[in-house]
Amino acid sequence: MKRVTLFAGHYGSGKTNLAVNYALRLARSGVKTLIADLDIVNPYFRTRDSEAELKTANVRIIVSPYANSNVDVPALPDEMYAVTDDTSYHAVIDVGGDDRGALALGRLAPALRLENDCDMLFVANFYRPLTQTASDAYAALKEIEAASHMRFTGIINNSNLGALTAPEDILATDVFARELSDMSALPLICTTVEERLAGSLSGKLKRITPIRLHFRSDWAIY
Amino acid sequence: MADKVLMKGNEALAEAAIMAGCRHYFGYPITPQTEVAAYLAKRMPKVGGTFLQAESEIAAINMVIGVASAGKRVMTSSSSPGISLKSEGLSYLAGCDLPALVVNVQRGGPGLGGIQPSQSDYFHATRGAGHGDFHMLVLAPASVQEMASLVFKGFDLADKYRMTAMILADGTMGQMMEPVSLDMGEVKQYDKSWAVTGTKGARPHNIVNSLSLLPEELEQWNLKRYEKYAEIEKNEVMYDSFMAEDADVIVVSFGVGARVARNAIVEARAKGIKAGLIRPITLWPFPKQALKAAAAHAKAFVSVELSMGQMIEDIELSIRCFRPVLLCRRVGGMIPTPEEVLAKIEEADKTGGNEA
Repeated sequence: MKRVTLFAGHYGSGKTNLAVNYALRLARSGVKTLIADLDIVNPYFRTRDSEAELKTANVRIIVSPYANSNVDVPALPDEMYAVTDDTSYHAVIDVGGDDRGALALGRLAPALRLENDCDMLFVANFYRPLTQTASDAYAALKEIEAASHMRFTGIINNSNLGALTAPEDILATDVFARELSDMSALPLICTTVEERLAGSLSGKLKRITPIRLHFRSDWAIY
Repeated sequence: MADKVLMKGNEALAEAAIMAGCRHYFGYPITPQTEVAAYLAKRMPKVGGTFLQAESEIAAINMVIGVASAGKRVMTSSSSPGISLKSEGLSYLAGCDLPALVVNVQRGGPGLGGIQPSQSDYFHATRGAGHGDFHMLVLAPASVQEMASLVFKGFDLADKYRMTAMILADGTMGQMMEPVSLDMGEVKQYDKSWAVTGTKGARPHNIVNSLSLLPEELEQWNLKRYEKYAEIEKNEVMYDSFMAEDADVIVVSFGVGARVARNAIVEARAKGIKAGLIRPITLWPFPKQALKAAAAHAKAFVSVELSMGQMIEDIELSIRCFRPVLLCRRVGGMIPTPEEVLAKIEEADKTGGNEA
């Protein structure tokens, strides 16, 4: 396992949810973990939504003081440098969506490349409107690499339709994930599925990783 | 593969606009609706359309007037402060009887306010979008699916009645993600023989104009416009209801408020309180008749709003103050919780009928 794990991908592909899941898993297995929210694009749904749960699990949270506030300031805190300065932590980084969101990663890229102990995972959801094919997802992947000055090391298939996802919806995207893997010459690390679906998919897909959906429930169901 | 895609509300309304045949979008970025522009910047060039980030909201709405005059489907979008800037143009669109689709993904105000969701532009949308006597068709989506379907519907209504249709959403609707079916059906064609597209020497000039030199004439234009509005109030009201048929307490709410209210109503029913929801989908025309009919059996109403209490006036007018109307509200970017709505329902159930 590399010291730093970056989750990047196209807008709305599920990066924040995966980063929170992964950070919680690391921390609960006894790894000294921090999570850094590098998102300068998304105004509403942020790492901070899961602040209480992360704190309980002893995850150090680095997030813009403006996240979830009433202003839209695309600024990052100086504490962000802890990602590369304090190597006693395993760092999980939630990168903003698309090439525009990945721009902020450029600031950390030289130090991350120098340390050379980093996985950068491309999070794909083939149910998102602008990345419904492998070639569209590949184009997004290349744009993010150019904007961030970093190279991806693997792909996560996080295809879903939110809380209404059925097992066959996920199965149907496996072919796209493999195609993207071939196109990019990057390994398909895993397929992430909501916990409730993991059982019905076991044996049908390789490397299934169950995750939990973190969302606001007061108005989420309609 | 499922025939649905997972979309943000802002993306859904952008894609629905393309499907409705809109090939011209003019806008200026503002949170929480910037994804509309970001999405259309990527999509419009691929379908041979025009995406243009104008130098300001005012410029954008005037470009809308231009394209609408030429008889083409056109859209602009913004959030509350930006919509204020567009107000002059909204009045001119009405004065010129032009069809257009305008989106307001509301945020907290007044002034610069904040970026979190709000519904405090209700008065602006339904009463005073600009100077002069006029209305806009105001459509209030409560799901990402409706963000798409009401854009499609809005373009139809705008063309049918030659007027502005406004999508009055809130930041939550713009930002949340849900699966959407983009099967919108056929795009209807409307007569646009009034459009200024060049006479080619073959017909008299068409004139699109809001200026009249004669007060008698301007009065007639206004009267004629209001005949159209009366027809719309008769034919185009849309609302949804949930457990409202036998309800003692009727909750009225739209957008994200209606989603919270629905959860509260389920809880109230579990506690033995007969609560129900009437959710206006058109805020203008407002579902007056549905509320008036409900007042015959309900003992009280609760208005759930992300404003200081604006729609509550329409509820009171609709039922002629025949029953008490309680207010459950949060402002400044806050959203009422199901517990807060439930407490109001319980209060209405206890006190209902006593005040009247």
